Amino acid sequence: MFTYTIRRLILSIPTLLFISLVIFLLLKLAPGDPMASQPLTIPPEVRERMREALGVGAPWYIAFPKWLYQFFVVEPLYLFDAMLGTNWAADQQRVISWQTRSPVMEIVAQRLPQTLWVVGTAYVVAILIALPIGIYSAYRQYSWFDNTGTFVTMVGFSVPPFFSGVLVIVIFSVQLGWFPSIYDTTLKVVDWDSFVKQLQQMVMPVMVLALQITSQLSRFMRASMLDNLNQDYVRTARAKGLGEKTVVLIHVLRNSLIPVVTVIALGIPAIFGGAIITEQVFKVNGIGQLLITAIQANDLPMVQTLTFIFAILIVLFNLIADILYGILDPRIRYD
Amino acid sequence: MKLMTALLGASALCAMTTTAIADGHEGERGRDGDVKIIYWQAPSILNPYLSGGTKDIESASLVVEPLARYDTEGNLVPWLVDEVPTVGNGGVSEDLTQITWKITEGLVWSDGTPVTSADAKFTYEYCTHPEGGCAQATKYEGVVSVETPDDLTVVVTFGGPTPNPYGPFVGGEAPILQAAQFADCMGAKAPECTEENFNPIGTGPFTVTEFKPNDVITFAANENYRVEGKPAFASVTFKGGGDATAAGRAVMETGEFDYAWNLQLAPDVIAKMEEGGLGTPVAGFGPLVERIMLNHTNPDPALGPDERAVVRPHPFLQEEAVYKAMSMAIDRPLLVEIGYGQAGRVTCNWVPVPNIYASTTFDCSTQDIAGANAMLDEAGFVDTDGDGVREANGVPMKLLYQTSTNAVRQDFQALIKQWWAEIGIESELRNLDASVFFGGDPGSPDTFQKFYADVEMYANTFNGTDPQAYLGNGLCSKIPSPATQWQGENVSRFCMEEYDALHAQLAQTADIEERGKLAAQLNDMGIENGMMIPLVHRGRLSAHANTLGGVSLNVWDSELWNIADWYRIK
Repeated sequence: MFTYTIRRLILSIPTLLFISLVIFLLLKLAPGDPMASQPLTIPPEVRERMREALGVGAPWYIAFPKWLYQFFVVEPLYLFDAMLGTNWAADQQRVISWQTRSPVMEIVAQRLPQTLWVVGTAYVVAILIALPIGIYSAYRQYSWFDNTGTFVTMVGFSVPPFFSGVLVIVIFSVQLGWFPSIYDTTLKVVDWDSFVKQLQQMVMPVMVLALQITSQLSRFMRASMLDNLNQDYVRTARAKGLGEKTVVLIHVLRNSLIPVVTVIALGIPAIFGGAIITEQVFKVNGIGQLLITAIQANDLPMVQTLTFIFAILIVLFNLIADILYGILDPRIRYD
Repeated sequence: MKLMTALLGASALCAMTTTAIADGHEGERGRDGDVKIIYWQAPSILNPYLSGGTKDIESASLVVEPLARYDTEGNLVPWLVDEVPTVGNGGVSEDLTQITWKITEGLVWSDGTPVTSADAKFTYEYCTHPEGGCAQATKYEGVVSVETPDDLTVVVTFGGPTPNPYGPFVGGEAPILQAAQFADCMGAKAPECTEENFNPIGTGPFTVTEFKPNDVITFAANENYRVEGKPAFASVTFKGGGDATAAGRAVMETGEFDYAWNLQLAPDVIAKMEEGGLGTPVAGFGPLVERIMLNHTNPDPALGPDERAVVRPHPFLQEEAVYKAMSMAIDRPLLVEIGYGQAGRVTCNWVPVPNIYASTTFDCSTQDIAGANAMLDEAGFVDTDGDGVREANGVPMKLLYQTSTNAVRQDFQALIKQWWAEIGIESELRNLDASVFFGGDPGSPDTFQKFYADVEMYANTFNGTDPQAYLGNGLCSKIPSPATQWQGENVSRFCMEEYDALHAQLAQTADIEERGKLAAQLNDMGIENGMMIPLVHRGRLSAHANTLGGVSLNVWDSELWNIADWYRIK
């Protein structure tokens, strides 16, 4: 298992380098101009000088290695400096966003907490709701509970967040006035009151996101349970006189969780990626909103860095999911 | 020049009246707590010299200020100076090559150090540094030197007679930066000065507490602000992001915010929000005009990328009967009603305001399909093969009509297509993503400069109140072509010797009334000769909470120009 992990880790290096090159070239080839968002009153000569100042026109064989160096060498050095108080980076140029003229990683670090809070909470809430629903739905297949569950998950699957988000805003903010429609990213949780405020502003985005994730996970859980419930070992367990509780919650559940855990692990990079639409609707201004505004502004260093971070996370969590599979299921061995 | 002096006098009076109104709400600085502003485009940087985006300039205007700025009527008002220099008061030299500003005595930066003429000189050097990529370089165009005879005097010398010397250090786009803070940020270092660009030190009513790029800015009242008892608010929360609907809702329906910027929304949506009863929309009109540009070259795809949109003329668009009929077929009042409501007006002009420059020659407020048909019939452009489309000069009158992707623009396209069909002109509609269309990438075939279409629709405007540079967009030398890497403002490729001559005359004329007449003539010449079909004079619509007092919407300068006078109505 250990050699397998090492082998996979080493293999992922060329994969990631290749991914970064593909992202870079795709962005380079895509039409668009970082000066497009500037008003028309700024004449072309001035735009050209602004582009030059940002280094927009540099050829790919210069820009790409420069970005690689900044991302893999300079940025980690700054990270160490920030943690240990050293000065290894020595003012080398970092990956700079074209929109804000500031280091990309600083903005990412600034945005990550609100994304993790909102999207992460939604993920946890969704898991807590989805698993019991999936288990019970499978155990009582075609009961009214199962049918209601199927209906709700279908709704959750098919209603997009730009609709459900605005709907909950109209109901809970405009009509009832319970929750704020705009997320306050400056709020710091220091006492009970600010904690309540934080909860209030998180309720709606978490609700919208959790609905979607719950739908997905509970269907998975249900299907996996159904697969196992009809297996011979379940009949054997019952024949041995084990209680229903033991049969379902210990024997069946454990076996059914194996694929579900993999799905959950594979979904974790999405938490870091944020939820582009939901973040926009509630003005959470996390990583998702950062990515979409960067795309709109043709801020290539920002888009490149963000998408590459997502790529790293996806490769990493794929590996983690594979390893988890091996640990949970003794039948699967990689060596 | 007399009129200009009179105007300035009037503006000074105006400034006094606003202060008088605000005086009714006097008290301690910071007595009204927090004011919340929402811009659906989030500010990325607080240095207006590194970004021309409205969101960036207006958020920065709370902190950094120019020597003089425009009021709601478009008149210049002294801001960091005691009076606006004119020829009349001796501040502008007789030969119009020099302007002398006197900074108000005792003015200090928010860090307590005095504001001096050296700061202005530094700002000029900062923006004109060849490697800095300054977004406001045009503001300092024509300046040969900025001298500082003493601590409070700034002498700007131009290379030639400059009838409008109010470019440098005037308006929200050209504020004064603190020399001490930005000294190490010159030229190529400019984009790297994150700390300075995010936290500029200014003379304005507020100082930056925390700047989260593309998200939220918190400001606190400037303890060293020059006016006693102002600003009324102790802090500002400046949130960015989302969309115009959500911003309008947050002010008018849920009351979470006090001020929402630029609500480009359908009139019925605004009306519905207003029923929420918590806020009021306010509109102001600058020179922004939504127009259809008519291509003066042949965009035929068969011509190849370098001849396409270079070879003259267009097969039929330069026929007077054609563009006049196309304009007559449009029901402008309906377009205004559908697209902009109270934030739009019918216009037949390229330069709709300020009034001294606006032409009154044309009237286009009524649709006349029958008249348009008759005009085309008379010119001999008739439908000879019975397919419902007229032929002109041997080709069927079919147009490719492009614009950027935007709900209102697509509604306009559909309506105008219908009206043109009624006069026998067929049009194919196309819309392009705004970042590509306005992107100016010479490699893309879809930019508005390349104009690989017959007609295209967008809006354009100018900064400040003087339209000279804007009218320059009709000069032959500004035509985008392969030779200029497709850069240039004259996108319709209109070119007339008489026009160029008249524009040169405008650039030499100092008398304000005479300038007004020339500008109107240039406007008429452009419209009369088929440069464009103006559609709607677009205003800016913002909304403020009913509890927020002192708001006076300014379209000539930053919308937040008088935030020091804002207060809470109790």
